[in-house]
Amino acid sequence: MASVEVTPDQMRADIRRARTRARVQFLRRLVRHRSFLIGGVLFSCIVALALFADLIAPYEPNKNNFRALLMPPSAAHWFGTDGYGRDILSRVIHGTRVSLQIGVSVVVLTGLFGAALGLLAGYVRWLDNVLMRVMDGLMAFPGVLLAIALAAALGPSAMNAVIALTVAFTPRTARVVRSSVLVIRELPYVEAAVAAGAGHLRIIFRYILANALSPLIVQLTFVFAVSILSEAILSFLGVGPPPPAPSLGNIIAEGRNYLQDAPWIAFFPGLAIAASVLGLNLMGDGLRDVTDPRLSQGRSSG
Amino acid sequence: MLGFLVRRLASAIPVLFVVSVVSFILISLVPGDVTAEIAGADSTPEQRAEIRERLGLDRPILVRAALWYGRLAQGDLGQSYLLNRSVTDAVLERLPITLSLAGIALVLAITLGMLLGILAAVRHNTLVDQAAMSVALFGLSIPDFWLGLLLISLFAVGLGWLPTGGYVSPFEDFFGWARSMALPSLTLALTQMGVIARMTRSSMLDVMGQDYIRTARAKGMRARTVIFRHALRNALVPIVTVIGVMTGVLLGGAVVIEAVFSLPGVGRLIIGAIQRRDFPIIQGGLLITAATFVFVNIIVDLAYGWLDPRVRHGKR
Repeated sequence: MASVEVTPDQMRADIRRARTRARVQFLRRLVRHRSFLIGGVLFSCIVALALFADLIAPYEPNKNNFRALLMPPSAAHWFGTDGYGRDILSRVIHGTRVSLQIGVSVVVLTGLFGAALGLLAGYVRWLDNVLMRVMDGLMAFPGVLLAIALAAALGPSAMNAVIALTVAFTPRTARVVRSSVLVIRELPYVEAAVAAGAGHLRIIFRYILANALSPLIVQLTFVFAVSILSEAILSFLGVGPPPPAPSLGNIIAEGRNYLQDAPWIAFFPGLAIAASVLGLNLMGDGLRDVTDPRLSQGRSSG
Repeated sequence: MLGFLVRRLASAIPVLFVVSVVSFILISLVPGDVTAEIAGADSTPEQRAEIRERLGLDRPILVRAALWYGRLAQGDLGQSYLLNRSVTDAVLERLPITLSLAGIALVLAITLGMLLGILAAVRHNTLVDQAAMSVALFGLSIPDFWLGLLLISLFAVGLGWLPTGGYVSPFEDFFGWARSMALPSLTLALTQMGVIARMTRSSMLDVMGQDYIRTARAKGMRARTVIFRHALRNALVPIVTVIGVMTGVLLGGAVVIEAVFSLPGVGRLIIGAIQRRDFPIIQGGLLITAATFVFVNIIVDLAYGWLDPRVRHGKR
């Protein structure tokens, strides 16, 4: 009679090994996903540009040069110059940094508030109705319009743009978290944890939040993309970080007056926004396909 | 169906309440002295006091809230002190322009998006599929106001085919109206058609995997009949739900696009009010836009309930 005895230590080691294996497999599938790969490379390049803006940008982004006004793209100024002789390439590189800073801040804050509100609504029954009605009310405003109005009331600054965008995007994120919490809380392993005497906090963080993370991360990738687009809109309308800050929306707003004589001013910053957003959207699609296999059935790349 | 309608209308009440609260507190968010913001830095204390009184800011917030709801119940959203007229009139007068812009854009986005989506689904896993989905994704990644500027510099400044902006009433000059709406609505549609295209594609692929499609094919039906009569008709239902969400996005997008193309809609009214710190207009414009969105969503839900009986009986 060969009884197999497993000590708790062995069991823990097995679980650890299985977890590592699952993680490696996940990363492997992610890296093999074509749109995630393309988006990741594209977005990494943009992040690198933003991080090393001071080293990469050939000129000072706010330095006027009255001997080089409205110069078309050339070897000296790859993206041309604007009405003050400022180098558009340098302004776009620094503008990308502004956009990403605002985008990251919105993602972090939206993630925190969205997760907190979603967990509360999904886990605490009596709060659900109240919280979700408030979220529904906020979602009745077109997101961009609410952000514009809030930023206008608070005053034009980068921080107020972050606050305005966070208020606009948190309800949708809370909704995503809540709907996964509602599913997860009924799963057998949560029941087992309750039966084993786990406290509320342990259940919420260890069992529910840990398993609700992947839809949240997918959602936040898209929030990042939409924040970059919306920040550009806020700046373009004059309620974002005020000029002469080289925000991408500001550069386009300035270029608007030169559409006929110097179309390059408005053209290149828009291209930078599109590249960042495209990279994020591709990454988000890839993450969604890999984390939620149900959605990827019968899909190739889309 | 009547029960569904009543339930749907009742569920809009808390939403509209939150909308009204947010619009109300907007002016309280302004840091520092609002009246100095409005009247300008070089205003006299008398001018500021007058504005404070006109806005009711000299009273406690609860009294202001009671007044706000009392007037709201009568459809009165206050007075714009720069336009010197009622906010309700100013917003409602411009609402048709915004709605027609969003409406045309919606129709264009649905048409273009469904074409792309059907094409991608029918030619699934081919180069056509990939190209169609790439176009959809590019559209979603482009800033709409920037695309508008590009289209202006190409079609208006460069080729001179269309006006750079401005608005012509359709009752005076229908052709001129169509020309003035062409670029703005196309801009909005191109950035939103991707949503419809992706939805159509996945919904079509879903339906085309069903048994009844195989049966129709096995009967020897023509491919076109199978695609349009059997597959598309059933794939339409989920697409209807996107329309509700998209209306919100289009109404928000219209704000920016109106600013780009100088269309005198609600969006440009709000932007102008922001620059001149005309808060009653911002509050009223925000409130009426959100109410419009809620109303459109009720209609979409009713249409959805009519198309899919499971919905109206609450068995979603």
